[in-house]
Amino acid sequence: MTILSPPAEKVETLERAAAQGRSLWDDARNRLFSNKAAVVSMIILGLLILIALFGPMVWPHNYKEINAVGPLYPPSLSPFHPLGTDSQGRDVAVRLMIGLQVSLAVGVIATVVSLIIGVAWGATAGYVGGRTDQFMMRFVDVMYAMPFIFFVILLNMVFGRNIFMIFLAIGAVEWLTMARIVRGQTLSIKGKEFIEAARAAGVSPARIVTRHVIPNLLGPVAVYVTLTIPIVILAESFLSFLGLGVNEPLTSLGVLISEGKSNMEARPHLLLAPGFTMALALLCFNFIGDGLRDALDPKDR
Amino acid sequence: MQNNSAPSSSSNALSRLASRFPTGYALRRLLIAIPTMLAVITMAFFMMRAAPGNPYSTDRKLPPEVEANMKASLGLDKPLVQQYAEYVGKVARGDFGPSMRNKDKTVIELIGEGLPVSLTIGAASMGIALFIGSLLGVLAAIRQNSFADYSVMGLAMFGISIPTFVTGPILSLVFGVYLTLFAVGGLDMGRMNFNNMFLPIVTLALPQIAIISRLMRASMIEVLRSNYIRTARAKGLSERSVLLRHAAPAAALPLVSYIGPATAGLLTGSVVIERVFSLPGVGKYFVDGALNRDYTLVLGVIILYAGLIVIFNLLADLLYGVLDPRVKY
Repeated sequence: MTILSPPAEKVETLERAAAQGRSLWDDARNRLFSNKAAVVSMIILGLLILIALFGPMVWPHNYKEINAVGPLYPPSLSPFHPLGTDSQGRDVAVRLMIGLQVSLAVGVIATVVSLIIGVAWGATAGYVGGRTDQFMMRFVDVMYAMPFIFFVILLNMVFGRNIFMIFLAIGAVEWLTMARIVRGQTLSIKGKEFIEAARAAGVSPARIVTRHVIPNLLGPVAVYVTLTIPIVILAESFLSFLGLGVNEPLTSLGVLISEGKSNMEARPHLLLAPGFTMALALLCFNFIGDGLRDALDPKDR
Repeated sequence: MQNNSAPSSSSNALSRLASRFPTGYALRRLLIAIPTMLAVITMAFFMMRAAPGNPYSTDRKLPPEVEANMKASLGLDKPLVQQYAEYVGKVARGDFGPSMRNKDKTVIELIGEGLPVSLTIGAASMGIALFIGSLLGVLAAIRQNSFADYSVMGLAMFGISIPTFVTGPILSLVFGVYLTLFAVGGLDMGRMNFNNMFLPIVTLALPQIAIISRLMRASMIEVLRSNYIRTARAKGLSERSVLLRHAAPAAALPLVSYIGPATAGLLTGSVVIERVFSLPGVGKYFVDGALNRDYTLVLGVIILYAGLIVIFNLLADLLYGVLDPRVKY
């Protein structure tokens, strides 16, 4: 019935949409910006990124500098140590900014690594199909049985405690879910008419994948990317917490939390400050990811 | 699933469920598990060996003769491929070898010491998380978009975003150090009791409660919109009966497929929890083993964990098929 006579309001929206030429992405952006939690999260996250990037440049202390006030100095404004000093007498506030910088960088870079591997792997498997698909996805299944964090610990042992290797190691493990999502999407896109049209027009398979398939699976990928960044940040902090993360004097939120834990009875804020920062950043990413999912796939409304 | 007839037919229903058990599929999956485990062992074995350092290195430099002797006593002087083949052969016969660092004990003995602690924490927190998580999820779903819904979902978001290595120390600081209600960490003379297991279990359960309540809410909302729920209401069943007997069991189905990821999450979580609360579980042996290059111990733990993940994934898939007649293998 609805096919024969769509409700009047729907016709109107459709016509307006046609008139203004709103794309799926315009719609999604509008829905995302009307989601309060997501907007607030984007603002907070933006501030956090600015602080992490530029804070250490303008701060009066350096993150390596051992201050005259001595270790575990309580928070004070003069001498200027708003979060006090750590067990080695370094300013905690600036170390927190550096830690946030490192954690965010790990999150973004490892996610990009996982994005590249996952999209390439999943799109190839889904598009080529047949035995190749079987083999490639079986490999993903095998990797899934690998206890993720132990795999990262092993990779970490192989490459030593090198921060770039941590990026790579986490990214190299996190691409599996991405590959599955991308493959599923590719399979459904593959059957669409425009792919058939492209094939009929003589476009090469590689070009069909890069120009027609991948752009159309960006939606679910974008959602998964925002939800992967917090997972990666957690994984890095997890390693750092176990003493397998970044090297001194460089730091990350996980290292700071671990140090804070050892001093928490005397100075609880040394645990609470990095813990709160980390929770805030992860909350923002999760709210943005949820908002993005609702915006791109509004079936639950 | 829809066992609405008289209670006396429950044994009937059970046998009906059992008759749906896909034996062929289960066997096939078990066969696939063998190459999976072999791949895991192979990757872990060669990665361990690629790592710099070795189980016999100490702070001081050993004379070359001593080093050669130690290497030979651990069987590390043979070609790597031969060591690998011998190791796989032994594992296939259930022999995981002696620990390379702690030579008085076999890997099985060490894991056997740690496993009760890890299993207790894992099973108890999963039980708590399933109960509280699904309860909260159902509550949020039946009061969708109410204040209760928003507070449950807000809390769940916090539960997902705050890592266990932050909640753990904070809980032990508040309840252990300030309020002195529970032990801060460790066991009482190697024994587990309520006092020293409560905080670790709660810490590990919190993120799982959050995830499960979100899953349960989403699935419950979907189920409540379905036709058979409308039918159940239309035929005059009480709201309580509609929710408890018709909606909740069907809505719990996605939880079954969460069993696999949950196992992995609990195993990972237990590594942190055991570190935070200084408990002698399997995760602690793994981290110590990795730092000391105790090859056999690390491989043993990885095989155990990979095996658990494979088994629970299989169980989840089988259970899902048995519970949901729409699934075909």
